[in-house]
Amino acid sequence: MSTLLKVEGVSKRFHGLLAVDRLTFDVPEGGIYAVIGPNGAGKTTLFNMIAGVYAPDHGIITFADKRIEGLPPDRIARRGIGRTFQIVRPFPALSVEDNVIVGALMRRADVADARTHGHEVLRRLDLYDKRAQRASSLTLPDRKRLEVARALATDPKLLLLDEVMAGLRPTETDRIVAILKELNRDGLTILLIEHVMRAVMALAGRILVLHHGAAIAEGAPADVVRDPAVIDSYLGAEDI
Amino acid sequence: MPFDVYLNVAVGGLLTGLVYGLMALGLSVIFGVVRVVNFAHGEMMTIAMYIAIVLFSALHLDPLLMLVPIAAVLFCFGYALQAGIINPFITRPEHSQFLLLVAVAIIIINVLLILFGPDAQSVQTAYSYDSFQIGRLIVDATKLYAAATALAVAAALYGFFRFTAIGTAIRACADNYTGALVVGLDVKHLYALTFGLGAACVGAAGVMLVLIVDVTPSLGPAYTLLAFVIVITGGLGSMPGALLGGVLIGMTEAMAGLIFTPSAKSMFAFAILALVLLFRPQGIMGKKAA
Amino acid sequence: MMFSRLFENVSRRTLLALAALLIVLFGAPFVASDYLLTVLILILYFAYIGQAWNIMMGFAGQLSLGHALYVGLGAYTAAALYVHFGIGPWLGLLVAVPIAALAGAFIGFLAFRFKVGGVYFAILTIAVAEFARVGFDHLAWTKGSSGLFLPVAQFTRNDLWLLRGQPAMFYYVLLVATVLAFVFCRALLQSRIGYFWRAIREDEEAARATGIDTFRYKMIAVTISSAMTSFAGVIYAFYYNNLFPEQVFHISRSIEIILGPIVGGVGTLFGPIIGAFLLTGLSEVLIAALHAIGLDVPGAKQVFYGFCLLLVIMALPDGVWPWLSRKLGLSEREP
Repeated sequence: MSTLLKVEGVSKRFHGLLAVDRLTFDVPEGGIYAVIGPNGAGKTTLFNMIAGVYAPDHGIITFADKRIEGLPPDRIARRGIGRTFQIVRPFPALSVEDNVIVGALMRRADVADARTHGHEVLRRLDLYDKRAQRASSLTLPDRKRLEVARALATDPKLLLLDEVMAGLRPTETDRIVAILKELNRDGLTILLIEHVMRAVMALAGRILVLHHGAAIAEGAPADVVRDPAVIDSYLGAEDI
Repeated sequence: MPFDVYLNVAVGGLLTGLVYGLMALGLSVIFGVVRVVNFAHGEMMTIAMYIAIVLFSALHLDPLLMLVPIAAVLFCFGYALQAGIINPFITRPEHSQFLLLVAVAIIIINVLLILFGPDAQSVQTAYSYDSFQIGRLIVDATKLYAAATALAVAAALYGFFRFTAIGTAIRACADNYTGALVVGLDVKHLYALTFGLGAACVGAAGVMLVLIVDVTPSLGPAYTLLAFVIVITGGLGSMPGALLGGVLIGMTEAMAGLIFTPSAKSMFAFAILALVLLFRPQGIMGKKAA
Repeated sequence: MMFSRLFENVSRRTLLALAALLIVLFGAPFVASDYLLTVLILILYFAYIGQAWNIMMGFAGQLSLGHALYVGLGAYTAAALYVHFGIGPWLGLLVAVPIAALAGAFIGFLAFRFKVGGVYFAILTIAVAEFARVGFDHLAWTKGSSGLFLPVAQFTRNDLWLLRGQPAMFYYVLLVATVLAFVFCRALLQSRIGYFWRAIREDEEAARATGIDTFRYKMIAVTISSAMTSFAGVIYAFYYNNLFPEQVFHISRSIEIILGPIVGGVGTLFGPIIGAFLLTGLSEVLIAALHAIGLDVPGAKQVFYGFCLLLVIMALPDGVWPWLSRKLGLSEREP
């Protein structure tokens, strides 16, 4: 498998605090890659650097063999990286359908085409029947899926998911896991930040464990959860 | 022109600027805590000005002595306004708040117009034409009293926010609205208090400005704008910033009026505003937004 | 292609109502008194500008409180060209509209590049308009604060090319402009750009993450809005025949412009039109009513007007149209 996203020696400092410290990892094309770690480990900062919200202080980020670090978020999105936000932010006053159409219009000039594509995406995420509702009237699980749908509608090569399972009930989590697996089977590469270990274990082909901005372990899920350093700093403190 | 003239005008601008600063302080406090832009700020000031004029012409009460009672009246007005009609709007979009306060401003301007007519009125105190001479510097007594009072009021407000329990609670509301709700603060009451305090500030400033400028019912919008310019220049939410912005704008206007033409002075104030917005949007004393 | 879906999702009832409204408006000058015609002109003027302002605020979410700037630039440019060089208003438009669009683009460029948003953006727009007001007060070419006057004579016939004529001619010019603005705005809203604007209005950061070049689309919104607004300024100049910076650029003009769309419903297509009818109508009714009961002291009308505004915004925070369209059983979703 070739590498779709390559992160090399990336660092970011906020007000003297080193949020991400010389991080290096590769996300293979067609894989599901998870980044885990306790709160404040620098996961969201890492995500925001890949998505273009911040430029890294040091290091190189390569996507599909082109450097992307420091590009603005909209250009990164157009390169083919879709993202969700940890605190969901669909366009509240727009309907579910219109939310997805906005995403679909990124690669389509015609609104009718975008609507057709949007409907397909909504069906995949079990939101088709709710397409006429205002996004602000949805429940949290629906809003989370709408975020995924909007990002998917842009036809990304890589999907960045920032804690999409947090706050969901186990059945809802299982449903999203199933959807993501299906999308992955169809060729989508996924990079997720997640606290819900049950989802991570079910999905991820590889796991990166962050602690204080640095990688303390990387590898296959089964190996990572047995790593003493990981158990010490992260897993030991929480229920798996 | 001799140097003295520039110096005198600059000092005059500085003193007027402090009164402007107090007016802007009211706006800044309201925005900093309640997060509502008071588009009726200047209009609220004209209420205080007319109260001062009525008290002076009917009962010969000196405006500076009436400062505290008039500020108290404005406090009640501000409290009632916030608790009564603005509070439901604090979570609504800016244009809704804008329309609400513009409606309040229209009502204030025109009620004053009906009550007092369109002609300019002023207050002539015994010390209206007094001045102090310090070396070659001549300072208007009125402006000096007004500026000193403005500083005193600002200091009192600062003390209130720093050292009293209510002041601390209000600052907590400003920092973290949900947090304040969670710990059980009566946010609605605190917001109304804050709006009242902002109104009292602009009321006090109005009482002093009545000694310096002629009053008409339509004076409000110009001062609302001036308060915006000052507050943004100094930094929204910063108390020293408001005073500093007031002084800066007061002196700029005075010098521009002297060097160019008085009618062009507001152009310079707006130019300063535009520069500050573009190069230091948080204002001179403002903290950078996270 | 842009206009091909104009009638999509429009119910028969709505179409019939629209057609009836258009017929009434086109026939109005034949039955209306001179007084009523001047009121209707005012209504159309505000409906048109409100629609233009709505593009910026209602669609793209950028609150402009300085739209008098674009009215003034359009009015002064066309009037000065006419007074100094005898260039008629329609040719004058070719200069006036680009000037206003440039002014809008200038403000937009500064604000959006330097990330001046929300209330700060609104205040910047006021500041530039005020700056222009004081500047024009001192601009000798347009006669400064003493005012620029267009030559007035008794017009026996309507000269559409030079816009010299009876009120009815201005009425039809404004009516056509309002209808075109409405159709244009609906087409914009249904197109790709309309979706992008609403995304930006709702959440700018999320819009960027969805691949939208927010700077570019906000610039397009300001430029279109300011260009459209300046056309109303040209009409204003040739209708009133006199221009004073103190009046044209004043902040109260900017406020007047935006009251209609806010009362009618920000972001809706009918909002600016309904708002213009309601507010201008209210104003005239108040004048007549107060006169009838002998209460016509200066200021009385405005006090009632202020209270009405207060009541409307408190009762219907989203504006009249969203409420009205639900009452009338028209589409729950905005056209």
